[in-house]
Amino acid sequence: MQFLFRYANPAMFMRLSGAVLPYVAAATVIALTAGLIMGFQVPPDYQQGMTVLIMFIHVPAATVAMSAYGAIAVCSLLSLVWRHPLSDTAARAAAPLGAMFTALGLITGSLWGKPMWGTYWVWDARLTSFLLLLFLYLGYMALWSAIEDETKAARAAAVLALVGAVNIPIIKFSVDWWNTLHQGESIMSGNLAPVFLWPLLTMMAGYMLLFVTLWLIRIQTAIVERRARSLMQGPA
Amino acid sequence: MMFDPMFDLGPYSNFIWPAYAVSAVALGGMTAWTLWAWRRAKRRLLALEKGAPESKS
Amino acid sequence: MSPFLCLLVRDMKLATRSGGGAALALSFFALVATLVPLGIGADLKLLARVAGGILWVGAVLAALLSLDRLFQGDYDDGSLELIALAPLPLELTSFAKIAAHWLSTGLPLTVLSPLLALMFNLPGDATLTLFLSLLIGTPAVSAIGAIGASLTLSLRRGGLILPLIILPLLSPAVIFGAGAVAAKMDGFSPLGPLELLGAFSLAAVLLSPFAAAASVRLNLSG
Repeated sequence: MQFLFRYANPAMFMRLSGAVLPYVAAATVIALTAGLIMGFQVPPDYQQGMTVLIMFIHVPAATVAMSAYGAIAVCSLLSLVWRHPLSDTAARAAAPLGAMFTALGLITGSLWGKPMWGTYWVWDARLTSFLLLLFLYLGYMALWSAIEDETKAARAAAVLALVGAVNIPIIKFSVDWWNTLHQGESIMSGNLAPVFLWPLLTMMAGYMLLFVTLWLIRIQTAIVERRARSLMQGPA
Repeated sequence: MMFDPMFDLGPYSNFIWPAYAVSAVALGGMTAWTLWAWRRAKRRLLALEKGAPESKS
Repeated sequence: MSPFLCLLVRDMKLATRSGGGAALALSFFALVATLVPLGIGADLKLLARVAGGILWVGAVLAALLSLDRLFQGDYDDGSLELIALAPLPLELTSFAKIAAHWLSTGLPLTVLSPLLALMFNLPGDATLTLFLSLLIGTPAVSAIGAIGASLTLSLRRGGLILPLIILPLLSPAVIFGAGAVAAKMDGFSPLGPLELLGAFSLAAVLLSPFAAAASVRLNLSG
């Protein structure tokens, strides 16, 4: 654990993240550009036509949305068990990003669904569980900003994040069960043709890298702000 | 029927372009906001460290 | 009387006396059930179709009403600190509070539900399923609700964000509970969803006291 803590030291984190940030940012731009170029060159799918193009932005957004919650849960565990303040900062910084990617997944999903289903919203299992995930993010962020004492807010939010993390698989399972009961349909049926796989994976990498870039910057921002605050309150 | 695929996306382009547009606006907006907050925080810290009592903005 | 029972009885007395949340929750439940037909029309076939879902959602919302007071009253007047100092572990304290909330809210809502189901023209066998599903499922509402109540206990207006935190976590209970009624209506066995609901409820009741105790502790420290 000592090893991990060394990197969790705020000053150390600033140096380390500052060093990797340019590379991550550059990789983000490259992956997104490459993914877009590859994506717009695919032939139309025999079933979905060119709407597969929406898949290239829907699936990555959904993946990042879930990974971000996973990141929050891991940070919360680190914070509750080892009481490290940096993991609280990291968890909080990831939440708005995760919420945004979840919302994007929902919007692109419904735009994808309209030509397939004829309506913008069907209670498809994926869309429904993502809607619930969005509410989990909103509740998490609301709890953070509702409690004024920062250490208390951090620990309460961490407890909530872990409870949510335990619940998410159950919610997913129940929504899937509910969906088969009501005979819903899913967009992601059948296997993915290999022509679509590479653009999709590239876009996924791009979205993931973008999340990491923004996350690192947001953590840095929070650290800098905290230092500024302590300077203001310090010996005047 | 092979047009330039960049611009002819078939009958569904009414859904494809908005999906890309919304994503671009959201991701771009989030990036811009994040960078703005980052710069602002660093500026404020710099001002404080110089000892110049910054007026509340 | 053991400290556990003592706390249980005390909390139930607080909940059921005038001004406590229990009667309020029952009235709210009945009011929701009255407003729905006013909103969607009095077509008895339609009402029977949606009864399971509406009554489940109504029961969950009604149980939420009294949840924010679960820890907050004791926190505000300082008695929570004394309770925390007592030899009874906070986990058991939370469990007692969950049990008290269920006995004073969840159970009465369950008992009231057949009457409301009658007004929704739900068939008898489906009404029995609804009753059973609420009996099995409402402990999960109290248990998961207790986590939310303990997380927001220091907040003046905790009641406002409590539903936002709790409702997504309760979606499996609504799905399985209303799903059991729907299965019965469609002529299938409701046993599958009821078992899933039971598993969910059991896990919630067993695990929630730990989460609630942890967040009570963090609110008392410092």
